[in-house]
Amino acid sequence: MIRYTFGRLSSLVISLIVASMVIFLVIEVIPGDPASFMLGINAREDTLAALRAEMGLDQPLVIRYFNWVLGMLQGDFGNSWTYKTPVAELINDRIWVSLPLAVYALLLSTLIAFPAGIYAASRRGSAGDVTIIGATQLGVALPNFWFAMILVLIFAIKLRWFSAGGFPGWDDPLLAIKSLTLPAIALALPQAAILARVMRSSLLDMLGEDFIRTARAKGLTRRQALWRHAVRNALIPVLTIIGLQFSFLLAGGIIIEQVFFLPGLGRLIFQSISARDLIVVESVVMLLVFTVIVVNFAVDLAYAAVDPRLRSRA
Amino acid sequence: MSLLRIKEYSLAINGTEILHDVDIAVDAGQIVAITGESGSGKSMTALSIMGLLPRGSVNRGQIMLDGVSLLDASEAELCDMRGNAVGMIFQEPMTALNPVMTIGDQVAETILMHEKISRHDARARAVKLIERVGLKLAPTRYPHELSGGQRQRVVIAMAIAVRPKLLIADEPTTALDVTTQARILELLKGLVDEFDMGLLMITHDLAVVAGMADKIVVMQNGRIVEAAPTQTLLRDMQHPYTKALFKASGHKVTLPARADAPHLLYAKGVTRDYPLPRSGLFGARPSFRALNNVSFHIEHGERVGLVGESGCGKSTLTRAILGLEPIQAGEITLDGDPVFTGKKPNLTVRRRMQVVFQDPYSSFNPRHRVERLITEPFHLLENPPTSAARDAAIAAALRDVGLSVSDKDKYIHEFSGGQRQRIAIARALIIEPELIIFDEAVSALDVSVRAQVLDLIADLCKSRSLAYLFISHDLSVVRTVADRVLVMQAGQIVEHGATEDIFLNPQHPYTQALIAAAPQLPEISHAS
Amino acid sequence: MNKSFVIGAGLSVVFLLLALLSFVWTPYDIETLDIPNKLQGLSGSHLLGTDHFGRDILSMIMMGARTSIAVALLAVGIGLLLGVPLGLIAAAKHGSFLDELIMRGNDLVFAFPSLVIAILITAVFGASAINAIIAIGIFNIPVFARLTRAAALPLWERDFVLAARVCGKPPARISIEHILPNITNLMIVQGTIQFSLGILAEAALSYIGLGAQPPTASWGRMLADAQTLVSIAPHTALVPGFTILLMVLGLNLLGDGLRDWIDPKLRLIRT
Repeated sequence: MIRYTFGRLSSLVISLIVASMVIFLVIEVIPGDPASFMLGINAREDTLAALRAEMGLDQPLVIRYFNWVLGMLQGDFGNSWTYKTPVAELINDRIWVSLPLAVYALLLSTLIAFPAGIYAASRRGSAGDVTIIGATQLGVALPNFWFAMILVLIFAIKLRWFSAGGFPGWDDPLLAIKSLTLPAIALALPQAAILARVMRSSLLDMLGEDFIRTARAKGLTRRQALWRHAVRNALIPVLTIIGLQFSFLLAGGIIIEQVFFLPGLGRLIFQSISARDLIVVESVVMLLVFTVIVVNFAVDLAYAAVDPRLRSRA
Repeated sequence: MSLLRIKEYSLAINGTEILHDVDIAVDAGQIVAITGESGSGKSMTALSIMGLLPRGSVNRGQIMLDGVSLLDASEAELCDMRGNAVGMIFQEPMTALNPVMTIGDQVAETILMHEKISRHDARARAVKLIERVGLKLAPTRYPHELSGGQRQRVVIAMAIAVRPKLLIADEPTTALDVTTQARILELLKGLVDEFDMGLLMITHDLAVVAGMADKIVVMQNGRIVEAAPTQTLLRDMQHPYTKALFKASGHKVTLPARADAPHLLYAKGVTRDYPLPRSGLFGARPSFRALNNVSFHIEHGERVGLVGESGCGKSTLTRAILGLEPIQAGEITLDGDPVFTGKKPNLTVRRRMQVVFQDPYSSFNPRHRVERLITEPFHLLENPPTSAARDAAIAAALRDVGLSVSDKDKYIHEFSGGQRQRIAIARALIIEPELIIFDEAVSALDVSVRAQVLDLIADLCKSRSLAYLFISHDLSVVRTVADRVLVMQAGQIVEHGATEDIFLNPQHPYTQALIAAAPQLPEISHAS
Repeated sequence: MNKSFVIGAGLSVVFLLLALLSFVWTPYDIETLDIPNKLQGLSGSHLLGTDHFGRDILSMIMMGARTSIAVALLAVGIGLLLGVPLGLIAAAKHGSFLDELIMRGNDLVFAFPSLVIAILITAVFGASAINAIIAIGIFNIPVFARLTRAAALPLWERDFVLAARVCGKPPARISIEHILPNITNLMIVQGTIQFSLGILAEAALSYIGLGAQPPTASWGRMLADAQTLVSIAPHTALVPGFTILLMVLGLNLLGDGLRDWIDPKLRLIRT
């Protein structure tokens, strides 16, 4: 178990290093001179010089990379050129919208998908199963941002149950959660559809396994065999999907924030793209990728918790 | 009154008739064996008793257990019966256990299902049961840490946990080695005596049946063709199918005589290590020695058998001889030329060897026609035959193995298992190699088909000078097709010699154990 | 022939025909603005109504189908062309350093959702349909590489591959002759699914302005334009939304139908 954890941990570190190199390369090397790229052709020479100094462009590439990484490790992401404030502050203001939204959506997705998938698999071929398959088929095809617009139209504009957008801050947690509810539903439903399908097919695979027949021969009913033997084994492929989904929810959240005018990372990143503020783009992208890699690491650990074969091997 | 009474039982699945008018009775303390080839309906009979038939099954007739009609029982009553009054053991121990649950919990589960007992007490009894089936293992172990034989013992512990009146064993030792098989059969016999259980044993292996059962039921195509007490049946078989079955099981071929000849294949001090995952973070990588200082030779035209149990290094040796993998020490040469030549295979050596594998279902690319399948070895030739010569070679190869020339345009799924092994032999023969390796080539076949393929091999030896290495776990088969036998254990050749010498007078303890463990088919008079 | 295949193939063909038809004919020219007729509902002259510039929505849907299908199809092409060979190589060299490298590379790309790739590309090169293709295409590479490797590995254990090795065939030739033909079906089914995901991703990217730029018509852009009008002219949002839904639904049903028809046990990657 310790060796497994250590192995995953080392691949986590390697992934982070390579990912940071790729991002650095794309943002700071491909444009040639990032400073003149950011300021455009009409920039004044002294502004350019100031930005170059700010970005440390006079130093060799390797030094710049290490400075960037070391800075991030200390929580220093540099200064935004357009906002004239530390990027870390900008991110800190916004991540408390984006991250809770992704977690909220993941919870919803799992809470919907697990019962639906298990119910459908346990009653294969029944009317309930057919209904769930049909619903997931629609859910998978649903563009989440459009679904968000429809939710706004129905629940905010027509029924006035929720506000159409904006975020009141975390001073009143209940209100904050309420304002994240429609966005989270819009994000979660299409993902829940995928997860429910995977859960169902994974369970059906397991129900065809020999050890289920053994369990039935012991006298377990079909349902007991499903709950005691199939579900835990079926979780192994489902966990993979949950890990992948988190990255989709985080990225998808950026889009949904646009629909609901939420002051999250999405708004920050799009404003920075149009302002060509590469420093902010670089940091936010790194943060997103960092989160995804860490979540996948957590999923790997969860595998080992579920599957004893992983614990004893390597 | 019998413990189990099956009467005029018929079964159809999705409209296809599987069983027809089956009658079987099992008494307490009695071992009844159902035997027959694949597709005879043996396993479906077992699943019928358990009420675990696949969807779309329609049955009629009567199955009475201890006076209770199982076909009239509700699902709840059946659940109450399964594991409680009837226990069942399955063929494939590797997949029969839940991989994420400890063996102790899996055994305890049977007890918890059927008795009002605390989890703690059930666990304590599970520990005793695990001991009773001959395992010295902590109940906290997981299935993947156990060998096949150990897992089968756990399955047995689960099946007998609440002392069922009837135990059903569906090919319980087919997936196991002979020495393990002997011990598991012994365990089952002991349990039958101890618990006064009825045992309904399903097996294709007539030698196992003959040595163990009180009564034998022979099935063919869903019908019982003959049923009688074992001694009566062995003494006086009635049905032609029963006779054919027993005859095929003990089938012997006669190989043409041959004189001594120079060495063709020569192996000396062959050692093969496989790297294992690192055990520490640093330090040397451990390795597993699959072949340890293996030396032997095969003469031109010589038929050599190789016996050994699973994991003894048979497959590794096959790959090494074929020059597919490097060896860490020693040498393997064919007429003096090394068989392994690094990345670029030496085609002149390769074209003198071919191979026939065990599984007729995985030996062929399903997307190619027979013509393309059997001509693949032409790749080894510098000037492969074209047009008319190629057609002639294809025709000759197919004819030699008893197939028709028109089969060349078919796909592999159109053939039965036995026909596929013939095609595999045709593929091996098409470039007229001097050495063929038969890697468990008849092990997956039913006895009657196996007899035909063995005859074919003997015939081929008559028509050409063919040397082969016949690798098998089945001693009786090796005995009939080999001039000389090598016995392999844990990567080493522990004994070798002329076939009859080895079988009649084994020297090495392992060889002695193997021969003693192999179930013997009794001599049967073929008077009629 | 199963039901989902028929419905899926029907829907997909309808959208393909609409896209093809747009090359020769659309009901209206979408580059001409007709402000007096803006935001009209569904009617005989404008079957699916008009948008805030008075453009015919049906015509825009037809033109948008072109963009959607082209972007998604090219992205699948990138994924197949690069991912399948990578997967074949990784499987052929199973356990080697190269295999490890390819698989780690795949994991790394999986850590960059296609939206993040699009953000990176757009930040440096600006937004365009080409960038959308590249972003979605890059994301498709590890999907196909993983699937190919996962499907190829058990094939390498099969005896027919061993027989081919005995015949002296090199790994590259075995990959093409024996492995590839046996995974083609799987690739077709997964390709259909990635195609549908590509349609969704393209719509999302152009909705946030990272995809096709005006005047190129695109379903996602139509939805972005409709966002502020959704309460006064719901059809401007409903029509493109349902179009995307139906197109993606059609492709998914087609994929499922193909899968059931070929082999219900195919192992696909769902993301």
